[in-house]
Amino acid sequence: MNTLNTKFFHSVYLDESLCKGCINCIKRCPTQAIRVRNGKARITSQFCIDCGECVRTCSHHAKKIHIDSLDILNDYTYTVALPAPSMYAQFNNLDDVNILLTALIYLGFDDVFEVGAAAELVSEASRKYVDTHQEQWPFISTACPSVVRLIRVRFPNLIDHLLPILPPVEVAAQLARKRAMAKTGLPADKIGIIFISPCPSKVTYVKSPLGTDHSAVDGVLAVKDVYPLLLPHMKIAEQRPMDLAISGRIGIGWGCSGGEAGGMITDSYLAADGIENVIRVLEDLEDEKFARLQFIELNACSGGCVGGVLNVENPYVAKAKIKRLNKYLPVARTHSEDIPLKIELNWNKAVEYEPVFQIGETVLESINKMKQIDSLCNEFPGLDCGSCGAPSCRALAEDIARGKAEKNDCVYILRNHIHLLSETYSRFSHEAIVDGEDPNACIHMLMNYMDKLTEEIALLDSHNLINTDSDSEEGKHYDD
Amino acid sequence: MEDTIKLEYIVSAEDFTRAGEASSDLKNILKQMGVSPDTVRKVSIAMYEGEINMVIHANGGVITVFVTPKEVTMILKDSGPGIPDIDKAMQAGYSTAPDNIRSLGFGAGMGLPNMKKYSDDMKIETELGVGTTVTMTVRIC
Repeated sequence: MNTLNTKFFHSVYLDESLCKGCINCIKRCPTQAIRVRNGKARITSQFCIDCGECVRTCSHHAKKIHIDSLDILNDYTYTVALPAPSMYAQFNNLDDVNILLTALIYLGFDDVFEVGAAAELVSEASRKYVDTHQEQWPFISTACPSVVRLIRVRFPNLIDHLLPILPPVEVAAQLARKRAMAKTGLPADKIGIIFISPCPSKVTYVKSPLGTDHSAVDGVLAVKDVYPLLLPHMKIAEQRPMDLAISGRIGIGWGCSGGEAGGMITDSYLAADGIENVIRVLEDLEDEKFARLQFIELNACSGGCVGGVLNVENPYVAKAKIKRLNKYLPVARTHSEDIPLKIELNWNKAVEYEPVFQIGETVLESINKMKQIDSLCNEFPGLDCGSCGAPSCRALAEDIARGKAEKNDCVYILRNHIHLLSETYSRFSHEAIVDGEDPNACIHMLMNYMDKLTEEIALLDSHNLINTDSDSEEGKHYDD
Repeated sequence: MEDTIKLEYIVSAEDFTRAGEASSDLKNILKQMGVSPDTVRKVSIAMYEGEINMVIHANGGVITVFVTPKEVTMILKDSGPGIPDIDKAMQAGYSTAPDNIRSLGFGAGMGLPNMKKYSDDMKIETELGVGTTVTMTVRIC
């Protein structure tokens, strides 16, 4: 696996057999990472942040997520399930979290470690860290991997504001692993720590974490895949649930937007959700519009993690359920002094700026390319129609400047080209001078011009939207 | 008395994140004792709201619980600032909770009204600058 692949590993991928080459996902991608080329909507690896918007939008279900199946349990002797807090809100009439946790054991796991419990430890560590590092206020939460990836490629000035504390899933995995090893005496490779995820972003985090070299999570299942399998087990678990729950209001609250900020126990915070809103907040933050805040919680999905694309319940219904679950819970039930196992919660690796959107290698080159882009934009009709396969006219101009596309990809340019052509030939038909001596001169001239015409019209065929079944470089940026 | 169990909880305001633990503990004990789910629910809600109030407003205190076969009595005693206007405090929606804990969902102003609703009997004794004692009784049915 080369470094490009691990640095930009993605769990979101395109199933070409289902892709119709429509322009819905290219328009919705917040980083304009998708282009329709040769009839397929392919993702440019360096720009993708695994937010899952394309998965949400695609009505042909062509955008998929690399995820493990329950078979992964067979790869390990002892398995621990890590349910995400948003998972508790997927079920109707769930009053007691223990029912769900017990059902996970019945499903085949040997043990359960709530990510919500680890979240309370992360909140505790975060409160201390934010208190003692006032010079870096406001801190930006790093629990949502898509947000961290977005900042990494687009907001380098904000990298210093990232809260350098591991996300709850990682803390949960490390604690679960230590606990399992202590309990069973098994070596690390026989123990499977399996996260049940609400989104693709966290799948990518596990394979390619930021802030640490290697994740302690072994496999990831999707909430939507596990949900139907759990229902019958929950019916049985309801009779005699085991006492397994250790998350409080803060831990479970992490599943919704505002929950992580709530755990900071401060009124000097901002919580935003939905990737477009997150981008707006980050833009304003870059312009230093709210330096007085202590903490900024950002979630790529609307509603927070309950809005993750691998969840089944409507995010706002789920939010109401979490509120109900939380109503009479202690503020927190997991505290660092109660946990005998000690792990390091701080990042051990810094996040570095990846200038993937840079146009040129040097400033001079960038200036020239920018000029080229501007002049191209003036030629384009500015309709952002997507026919060229790029989400906007400006995006096509940038692609051309990067050498990834051609001017004729634009249907309007092509149309004008053909108009010009027909004008030329119509003039010719009136003004051509034929050699009277040669009886075949007319025919030769006609053939000459027909050839030229056919050549020009053939340009239409090389247009990107038509499926020519040829392979493309993009979209294949990871090892299976 | 032989048919009474006494439980005592020290509610500390030092670590706000522990607020609600006492009610959680009592709930589990009552469940184990086989008290009816309906009673357990009423007791835990009434106690929870009282406990949170003690942490948020009164800098903690002591909760003493007496359980008999007939009823559960909770005495919540604090040395906090006292309640200046009990009628106002009993109004639904009225809250003096600080901003920093509202993000956790507190401060809706339903604490005292809920305590009254879920207990069969409630008594408030308060003195400004000295403290407040709330006594609630829930009958076991």
